[in-house]
Amino acid sequence: MSTTIETIEELLAHVQVMEREAYECYLDLAEQMEVHNNHEVAELFNKLAEDEKKHLSYVEKRVGDSDIPHIAPWDLKNFDDSGVNMAGAREVHYMMVPYHALKLALRAEEKAVAFFAGVVSSSNNQDVRKLAAEFEKEEQHHIELINEWLGKVVRPEDDWAEDPDPPVQPT
Amino acid sequence: MNVEAAPPALNARDYKSDVKPVWCPGCGDYSVLSSVTKALAELALPPEDVAVISGIGCSSRIPAYLNTYGFHGVHGRATALATGLKLSRPDLTVLITGGDGDGFSIGGNHFLHACRRNVDMTYIVMDNRVYGMTKGQPSPTTEPDWDSALAPGGTGLRPFNPLVIALASGANFIARTFAGDPNGTARVIAQAIKHPGFSFIEVLSPCITFRPDQREWKTKAHAAPVDATEDIGRAAKRLMTDDGFTTGILYIGDREPFALDDSIVAKGPADIETQFLV
Repeated sequence: MSTTIETIEELLAHVQVMEREAYECYLDLAEQMEVHNNHEVAELFNKLAEDEKKHLSYVEKRVGDSDIPHIAPWDLKNFDDSGVNMAGAREVHYMMVPYHALKLALRAEEKAVAFFAGVVSSSNNQDVRKLAAEFEKEEQHHIELINEWLGKVVRPEDDWAEDPDPPVQPT
Repeated sequence: MNVEAAPPALNARDYKSDVKPVWCPGCGDYSVLSSVTKALAELALPPEDVAVISGIGCSSRIPAYLNTYGFHGVHGRATALATGLKLSRPDLTVLITGGDGDGFSIGGNHFLHACRRNVDMTYIVMDNRVYGMTKGQPSPTTEPDWDSALAPGGTGLRPFNPLVIALASGANFIARTFAGDPNGTARVIAQAIKHPGFSFIEVLSPCITFRPDQREWKTKAHAAPVDATEDIGRAAKRLMTDDGFTTGILYIGDREPFALDDSIVAKGPADIETQFLV
């Protein structure tokens, strides 16, 4: 598989799929937390989903009537060894706290930065590099915001996952 | 490998129902649900043209979480139910979802014969090597030395090897994926659906509640260094050195799928039964 992106259309198609993946992933995680009565984290994941939805709308507006290629989620290109899946999305716990959720979001943003940086450094098309650099800058800004947010939430104690009423395990 | 398909008319999330999954957060089954919806979306299959059949267990709840047709059936009998459905409604895309206990213990015999019969459907087994819903009993795929309160010291029994059984019994498409790679799993599911005959996918799907050790699977699962083979002997040879964590498509066969003979007008159950002989 080629690891360069050489057209604006291909780059926009990638961004569209990535934003949709992030949006749907955060919605799924919010639902998981709601079902398990972890409302604080559910609210946070819902907020992250809302943010991703705004990004998705922005990208879709930017795509407009352009004829962009269809890309299946499994055909997304990546420029590091982290694969095509959203970072850390399966590493959740019913007793997780906002700090964990923000750390997960931070990893997702870092992955996005790595993607755009990879496009900037590998594409031969100047327009693609310019647009990718714009997206990279935006993702960097998200990282700053999440780091700021992380500074405002309580760091979990070491025993955060200790459940006084754990799943019944016969002895 | 790309799966050729028209751009999706629906997004993956459009295939989900309003029923929220009750699995434990972190459970691999969430990823498999996501993979199934992504595959259906990429194949642009209308929800009303798809039926998902399951047995009993955590992973067998999937039909409720989809807005396709679904049937949450009897323990271990999902492949039998699905066979009946596919033969009477060949126009439907039929998926079977379930776990290792449902598919290989209670439904073990049905599994063998579903592979032999080779009806055109796709069986996705979420293998977590434990009975999660009933709180942690060893299943047919559990390691013999897995020590737990319910099996002190382990069962000492040789684990069932689903891929070996599927290959020996005649499945026409055999793969293993890891739930921690939902997009890779979605790709394989899409290919399995498109391939004629009985397709079998073992998805390593960690149970983080009763097998927290399975969180380490993300470091154990590894892609096969070779592409799928159409040679059954070569596939068997590869399984001889398989460590249970190799992912990818193992085997793609070309057996003609089983279908009912439309020219026979059934006058009663006996006439129908004759067509099911293999």
